Amino acid sequence: MTSASNTQNGYRAYLVGFALAVVLTAIPFGLVFAKALPFGMLFPLIVVLAVVQMLVHLRYFLHLGLRSSPWEVRLSGGLAAIMILIMALGTLWVMTDLDIRMMTMGM
Amino acid sequence: MLGRLTWDALPFYSPIAFGAATFVVLGGVVVLAAITWFKLWPWLWKEWLTSVDHKKIGVMYIVLALVMLVRGFADALMMRSQQAIALNSPGYLSPDHYNQVFSAHGTIMIVFMAMPFLTGLFNIVVPLQIGTRDVSFPFLNSVSLWLTASGAALVMASLVIGDFSQAGWSGYPPFSEITYSPGVGVDYWIWSLFLSGFGTTLTGINFFVTILKRRAPGMSLMKMPMFTWTALVTSILIIFAFPAITVTSALLGLDRYLGMHFFTNGGGGNMMNYMNLFWIWGHPEVYIVILPAFGVFSEVVSTFSRKRLFGYHSLVYATAAIGVLSFSVWLHHFFTMGSSPNVNAFFGITTMIIAVPTGVKIYDWLFTMYKGRVEFSAPMHWTLGFIFTFVIGGVTGVLLAVPPADFLMHNSEFLVAHFHNMLIPGALFGYMAGYMYWFPKVFGFKLDEKWGKRTFWLWIIGFYLAFMPLYVLGFEGMPRRMQHYSNPAWQPWLIVAELGAVVILAGIVSTFIQIWVSYKNREALRDTTGDPWDGRTLEWSISSPPPEYNFAVIPEVHDLDELTWRKENNYVEPKADGQAIVMPNNTGAGVIIGGFTFMLGFALTWQIWWLAVVSLIIMVTALAIRGADDHPEHMVKVEPESGDFLNPAE
Amino acid sequence: MTATTKNDPEIAALFEAAEHEAIEEKSLGFWTYLMSDAVIFSLLFATYAVMYTRTAGGPAAQDVFDLPHTAWETALLLFSSITFGFASLSAAEEDKSRTLMWLGVTFLFGLGFVTMELVEFSGMIAEGAGPDRSGFLSSFFTLVGTHGLHVSSGLIWIAIMALQVSRKGLGAAVQSRLHRLGLFWHFLDIIWIGIFSFVYLPGVM
Repeated sequence: MTSASNTQNGYRAYLVGFALAVVLTAIPFGLVFAKALPFGMLFPLIVVLAVVQMLVHLRYFLHLGLRSSPWEVRLSGGLAAIMILIMALGTLWVMTDLDIRMMTMGM
Repeated sequence: MLGRLTWDALPFYSPIAFGAATFVVLGGVVVLAAITWFKLWPWLWKEWLTSVDHKKIGVMYIVLALVMLVRGFADALMMRSQQAIALNSPGYLSPDHYNQVFSAHGTIMIVFMAMPFLTGLFNIVVPLQIGTRDVSFPFLNSVSLWLTASGAALVMASLVIGDFSQAGWSGYPPFSEITYSPGVGVDYWIWSLFLSGFGTTLTGINFFVTILKRRAPGMSLMKMPMFTWTALVTSILIIFAFPAITVTSALLGLDRYLGMHFFTNGGGGNMMNYMNLFWIWGHPEVYIVILPAFGVFSEVVSTFSRKRLFGYHSLVYATAAIGVLSFSVWLHHFFTMGSSPNVNAFFGITTMIIAVPTGVKIYDWLFTMYKGRVEFSAPMHWTLGFIFTFVIGGVTGVLLAVPPADFLMHNSEFLVAHFHNMLIPGALFGYMAGYMYWFPKVFGFKLDEKWGKRTFWLWIIGFYLAFMPLYVLGFEGMPRRMQHYSNPAWQPWLIVAELGAVVILAGIVSTFIQIWVSYKNREALRDTTGDPWDGRTLEWSISSPPPEYNFAVIPEVHDLDELTWRKENNYVEPKADGQAIVMPNNTGAGVIIGGFTFMLGFALTWQIWWLAVVSLIIMVTALAIRGADDHPEHMVKVEPESGDFLNPAE
Repeated sequence: MTATTKNDPEIAALFEAAEHEAIEEKSLGFWTYLMSDAVIFSLLFATYAVMYTRTAGGPAAQDVFDLPHTAWETALLLFSSITFGFASLSAAEEDKSRTLMWLGVTFLFGLGFVTMELVEFSGMIAEGAGPDRSGFLSSFFTLVGTHGLHVSSGLIWIAIMALQVSRKGLGAAVQSRLHRLGLFWHFLDIIWIGIFSFVYLPGVM
């Protein structure tokens, strides 16, 4: 069904993706193990690395690049991203605001 | 062996509960006996229960909706009667019982009446409007139906075995936690929502893919009928909103079953997060319920004004805007629960903004009628009644959107009036219009116009009588959900409201009389052309009822309002030539999965763990077996003598 | 409406054409389901963030998380992703035995992951840090446990697919299902990235 060169490309894609994923995992784990940076700097870095690795997975493992996937997939993916941001950030805003006003113990 | 199920679960503790349970059981027994007596089981199994035909699935959804409408309305009548007499009096319903009645009423009407009704309309109409032969996932469609039915069955079972939640349709903690609701009621509520929610999510996915992938050649998105557009946006809302109720009910269930502390009073629980999560679902949910009704009104207004919809593009953008915005307003359901002014102001502003696209739609419909040749059919009656009455409810919503005002009116009868003003003249009138409009397509004969108009008048008069007093009562300070009260100024209004409920009861009876009369006169009401209303869209280009495969030849689409284009251009459709097409097989897996979902929910409620495990295993096995079928389809030859989907020629 | 035999080549072509269109639809449908699943996880993540400090005087994140343990779990899941990728490639080449081999390896990695997670959970419960101890722990167990349940379901699905491949071979229908299983499996690894990034790493810092 697929030619030999397609298969070679296939293996390459998975191996490249794997290598990137390993690096993107090792960095945050290593930095945390080594306690190399303060939390305030480390956490945003971890978030960025996580998002990048998620995109790596999408591209190299799910074969759904930002430009190379069907438009319907990009539509539902894009909508999901927006919804998730609204719901997650909205929840955090509302609940943190409530916590502050309720002066909850152990904040 | 039977968990916590004992003989005490039977409703001998109250004459009213006993009466209701007897009625339900007798009703069920009579139906089963009749089916058996007339030897209809083979037919029922083969033609309906195992069907994956979207038209039949749609019919079954609407049957479920109408049955649950009667059940939910019985609850409404009970509440109105109680409130009408309960001035300085305990009335006839104990507080516990009254709480169950309003909890069941809300849960049933939203989840087991409105959702099945709109899903039924999607199922019947959308594939026909886009020119395809079935939805993308016919088997999952069947599963969705039976999951919904299993949830409804759980709520009905609570009438007979055990009792229902007293915590309102929204199930707020701490009252819904195990400490304050140790019985089975909240568990019935949780499982009916959780399990039927999966069915609804699958429906959303099904129609999302169907509409994007199965439109007839030439039908670009901007050539889709408005009802299909609202189906698309509603499906997107379902896909993204229903996960929230799945999570909310699951977390409450974890608190109750495994002693966790998501929403408990103590142990690190955060009760406000329940409100937050619940309404992240709850608000989009009401838009899920209303958008299809708007879609129906677009179709009806255009057809019965004999005119293309005014501002089609603005209607599409307004629908999309409502869809997105509906995820940005949810906090307005708990303005009074302690958020800071900035938070309240933000959500108040978004709530006011979301009224704008709906206003745009109202103007579009009015301008469609302007200079049209308006025919005041029964569906048009529902539409006109909606336009006027819904606007009243809409402006009370804008009033409630102002947080300081809401502080006075939150959880008062004003709020109850507002949301019923949205749901009844908005959603329900839309479904009734759609039901009367598309009935001939499904069954081959029209519904009696006279009785249709009578039904409408009874409903709208009943609505005004039942709910306008509630606005007044809200201003007079009456809170919602009161089992008794001591302010004599309230009673006259509540008596008027009770009268309204009785008039609505007449409306419901009239609905069933209409079915009976229409069936008796079906030959006179026969739709012989497939196009009883001189329609504008593709569903009217095929016979009534349609053949199983809908279209003998997949249509080529040239314009918005394709059928009108064809009539104006004398388009001749290519003839079917007896070619072969592929249609999906019926399967028992859907109804089996549904049946065991009911058992699963029942078993979890009563903590009969072995039954829950067995049910789950059977469900997964049925899914795996059906899922392993590589070719769950058969071939059909397209012939004029094929018969229709209700009466296939053998 | 008469059904003719499936042996007719015209009919076979008809079924194949219908199947091809259906495969694309199924892929989109499954992806859309994954989007709804992503929303579920995002709400569980948000709830976790909201409950992070609600320890009810009990153990907090630093007291119960074990970073080396998490690192091993991460490695197992990441390896299982790439071995599933190899299974997909073998399936595309219609190499039945290699597909089964890679599916088996994937299953073992996945099983290892779930086992390690069960060990972690039972350890925490044994030392009084179970999901009923506090809101924080409830949300931790539910978030990570939901992911674990998904992985376990994936293992069952892998087993079913292995059965299908060995009995039916690698026809279009089986390949389509493998493709969807692949979407599911890789999706779960993406969620795990979120879990170690937002739960374990910050919890240990």
